[in-house]
Amino acid sequence: MSPVMVPATDHAPLVVSYDPEAFEVPTGREEEWRFTPLARLAGLHEHPQATSTARIEVSAPSGVTVTDVDVAELEGDASAPPIDRISAIAWAQASTITRVVVPAESQIEDVIDIVVDTPAGVSFGQLRIDIGAFAQAKALIRFTGAGVFAGGIQVHVADQARAAVATVIDPAPTAVNVSRLHVRLGRDASVTSSVISLGGDLVRMNASVEYTAPGGDAEFLGLFFADGGQHHEHRVFVDHSQPHGRSSVTYKGALEGEGTHTVWIGDVLVRANAIGIDTYEVNRNLVLSDGARADSVPNLELETGEVVGAGHASATGRFDDEQMFYLRSRGITEELARVLVVRGFFADILGRTRIPGLAESVMTTIDARLGVSDLVAEVLGDGDDGQS
Amino acid sequence: MSTLEIVDLHASVETDTGDQPILRGVDLTITQGQTHAVMGPNGSGKSTLAYVIAGHPKYRVTQGSITLDGTDVLDMSVDERARAGLFLAMQYPVEIPGVSVSNFLRTSVTAVRGEAPKLRLWLKEMKEAMAALSIDPSFAERSVNEGFSGGEKKRHEILQLELIKPKIAVLDETDSGLDVDALRVVSEGVNRYRESGQTGTLLITHYTRILRYIHPDFVHVFVDGRIVESGGPELATALEDEGYEKFIGAARAGASS
Repeated sequence: MSPVMVPATDHAPLVVSYDPEAFEVPTGREEEWRFTPLARLAGLHEHPQATSTARIEVSAPSGVTVTDVDVAELEGDASAPPIDRISAIAWAQASTITRVVVPAESQIEDVIDIVVDTPAGVSFGQLRIDIGAFAQAKALIRFTGAGVFAGGIQVHVADQARAAVATVIDPAPTAVNVSRLHVRLGRDASVTSSVISLGGDLVRMNASVEYTAPGGDAEFLGLFFADGGQHHEHRVFVDHSQPHGRSSVTYKGALEGEGTHTVWIGDVLVRANAIGIDTYEVNRNLVLSDGARADSVPNLELETGEVVGAGHASATGRFDDEQMFYLRSRGITEELARVLVVRGFFADILGRTRIPGLAESVMTTIDARLGVSDLVAEVLGDGDDGQS
Repeated sequence: MSTLEIVDLHASVETDTGDQPILRGVDLTITQGQTHAVMGPNGSGKSTLAYVIAGHPKYRVTQGSITLDGTDVLDMSVDERARAGLFLAMQYPVEIPGVSVSNFLRTSVTAVRGEAPKLRLWLKEMKEAMAALSIDPSFAERSVNEGFSGGEKKRHEILQLELIKPKIAVLDETDSGLDVDALRVVSEGVNRYRESGQTGTLLITHYTRILRYIHPDFVHVFVDGRIVESGGPELATALEDEGYEKFIGAARAGASS
């Protein structure tokens, strides 16, 4: 597909505010809400009150500090303001922010393990991770619980720092998770962000990156597996406002089951002064059964032609009866055939997260959802894990 | 000694206008160690026979039976048939994006043998089998059939034959689309496996060309959904000289009488 030329900043947020009332309650006809089943948002758009408390637990390696700070301390230039009504409500309702700080120049080998547990009821939470200049760190954020949650994660990667952050959304089947992940990159800073959604009834994740200085490098990876009528919606916004930045967005989704719906919206904005940038975004979806639907909308807006590269791609494929027949005619059971195909499909994403052990745990979860047998474990577990 | 026995087999395909009969009473018995060639004109239903043996869901068996050593094959699922020892080398092998040849083969062999081969022994076995078919080692990491040339797809089918080691192998127009060199390599692979004496082979073909490389014990002429004449290798020679016309005419006359 050729780049879609649209009016400048068409896909940047039109309104940003800390005040929820600055945003209308959506009707469902708005471009950014037209794919979302609003009735399944459990009233998050109206005037929700927290009826429960999200617990954010951080297992921090030595050298990393964790504090609770007042939200007011991080308003203004200190963070990216909310972009829609739910993110504004989530900010206003969270009295404190859990702040994880990796000091400048520190090299943290162990993964900072963060669990955001969202018990039944409605809860809000805010997490902020600061990676100091020249530092290196990895963080794994896992959402659990059965409740309705709205919240935000901000990751600030200072000059020449290098971060790997994985966000795994695998709460109970009843859960609603509407989250925002925003990455701010300093000069020559780099991030590998992996957003993985597996659980919940409705997941809507808005992942974005901004560049505050030249040379920032963002690798945004996404993996979603939805079945049984789940709605998983992933929106990406890459805002190239500085020269010589790089962004690479790769999201892959597999889905099956009647009423299951996945949505991927990839917006990349290259502002006029962002010369010499290189950007590529791609979404691939694998539909495993009838009745499941994948929407995929890439948007690339170029305000300058002086770029190294700018492209996008989107494709949705089907695991069809002929493929199933071929695999089964080689003795492979139906369940094993699906595992084989899904593992092969996700292998490249899982190989790039830079978070040790994450690939195995995600595949184990997906295998179980596909109904893995002992034989599958025997075939796939014997030193030949996925694609080599 | 394994035997595949097909008795009075009738099968139809579902179409928009209802069931369309294709097989109209096939009788054929294949025993381990034998090679049968089924030859017929386009549209005679010979590929349908191959698919029905393998259990393709598009076809419905309306009458007759298929048994392997006395066990009802029609009662088995597609993968159960493969694990019972039936193999179909397809005319049009299917692309499976994202699944490497190496993972596919190992998964298949594990399923058929009932246990995972030890990784080191397996890699050796796979490499040797690939080398014997002049398949480049880099193939192991490519996605199954994706971007393969016609010849590469057929060699990959025969690679599976040699690794899966079925009791009965059905080769559906394995010769179609192959140049002479590829035909020779593929035929050598089939012959290597035949010489093991472990297999009964059903070779389905339109042309006699492949029979110069793979010598059948029996030749059957297939017209209008059934076998109209059977004989030895000399029948293939007669077909090469005279074509199918004589048999088509006879079959039509027989059907209308």
